[in-house]
Amino acid sequence: MNALRAEARVAIAVARKDALSELRGRHATVSTLFFAAVVLLLFGFALGPDSTRLAAAAPGLLWLAIVLAGLLAVNRLHLLETDDGALEQLALYPVSRRAIYAGKALGGFAVMLLLGVLVLGAVGVLFAVNILAHLPVLLLTVVLGALGVAAVGTFYAGITVRLRAREVMLPLLMLPVLAPLLLASVKATAAALGGDPFGELGAWLQLLLAFDVLMLVIGLATYGYLLEDG
Amino acid sequence: MKTRILGFVAAAGVAATTFFALFVVPADVNQGDAQRIMYPHVASAWLAYLSFGVTALAGIGWLWKRDLRLDAIAHAAAEIGVMFTAFAIWGGMMWGRPIWGVYWQWEDPRLTTTALLLALYAGYLLLRRLSDDPERRATRAAIVGTVAAIDIPIIHFSVEWWRGLHQTATIASPDRVLNPAAPLLFVGTLLGMLAAFTLAWLYLMVRRYQLARATDAREEARRLDRIVSARTAEAAR
Repeated sequence: MNALRAEARVAIAVARKDALSELRGRHATVSTLFFAAVVLLLFGFALGPDSTRLAAAAPGLLWLAIVLAGLLAVNRLHLLETDDGALEQLALYPVSRRAIYAGKALGGFAVMLLLGVLVLGAVGVLFAVNILAHLPVLLLTVVLGALGVAAVGTFYAGITVRLRAREVMLPLLMLPVLAPLLLASVKATAAALGGDPFGELGAWLQLLLAFDVLMLVIGLATYGYLLEDG
Repeated sequence: MKTRILGFVAAAGVAATTFFALFVVPADVNQGDAQRIMYPHVASAWLAYLSFGVTALAGIGWLWKRDLRLDAIAHAAAEIGVMFTAFAIWGGMMWGRPIWGVYWQWEDPRLTTTALLLALYAGYLLLRRLSDDPERRATRAAIVGTVAAIDIPIIHFSVEWWRGLHQTATIASPDRVLNPAAPLLFVGTLLGMLAAFTLAWLYLMVRRYQLARATDAREEARRLDRIVSARTAEAAR
């Protein structure tokens, strides 16, 4: 129990460090949010101006924007570590690798959550979707989706951060793995917005949760190998 | 020599079963000649899954034992697996056009899952090309290959759900349509082709593995060369 508590402390310290440097420098958040906004606008141009069609496509557009912007966010969070050999420092700390992964994922989760909530609001405004009526369920979906993107993203960014073609490789590796998350979160969002006529919402949220848990476990188990191979 | 014999046997087996599938087995009552695509299609799909299973197991083996031979096996299997996956998708599309009327059928969970499978392992191969250091490459590849293998059932499951939670599969898939006129010939040809393709896979695996080991050895020799010449230059100074 004490060991677990110590690991949690390390994880929170790592996440706090990321959050602090983010608050002071704003490397990831601002550019990522701006990117998400531009993506939403372009979706509107690609599918609009018919507003019923846009509203029908809104769940898919919401999650595509979150996932695409999430790619940038997790990449930025790991790029922070490559400056001044910080990643090597991190690897040298005599703490468990699991805790470092948990911390990085927690930091990524915070950024993704902020991103998800803001993009959700933007989708509500831009595509005339009534999100306020179903806010609790939509927020739960955003929380689960954000957690999944952070869990997978932290792990894959750890693989690609030292590669030459990182900008290409991260989406290439990450996006196919995220396919179940995209399916489940889009379906859950659509079910929530439509009032869940088929009673399938719970099943999609469970799938999302299972995906998150599995990816977190994989990340916790393998992140150590990635740090060592630096 | 043994490998060469294996190669000849595999080639003869593939040729013989292809002949059977094309000319001996009667055409399907419902689907006609298009159904003949099913034989190599099913065999390729089986080998794709076999390959990725080997990649994942060999990858885990590398993380555990740190033996570069295991990494070479993982690499060989992934490359051959990608080839068979592409072949299976291509065959499925050729079959889908006359039977479904379209090349691509979003309603078919197997097709969409296989497309993602191709993307996952194409990424794996690209990642391998980007790393120079053999041990780092092996570690990264092992993790990516294993996660991809774990992701496959989830993808399949979620795509199957996504199609509609309340509808059952109604599409006639090739392995569910048996020709009532010649069930034995049908099954025999399919099993024969599976066996022949698996032998061919084994042959390709051995050759690709040998090639991977040879490439690794050359890389290592070059690396040592560079170190030696750097030291010599230092000494001359």
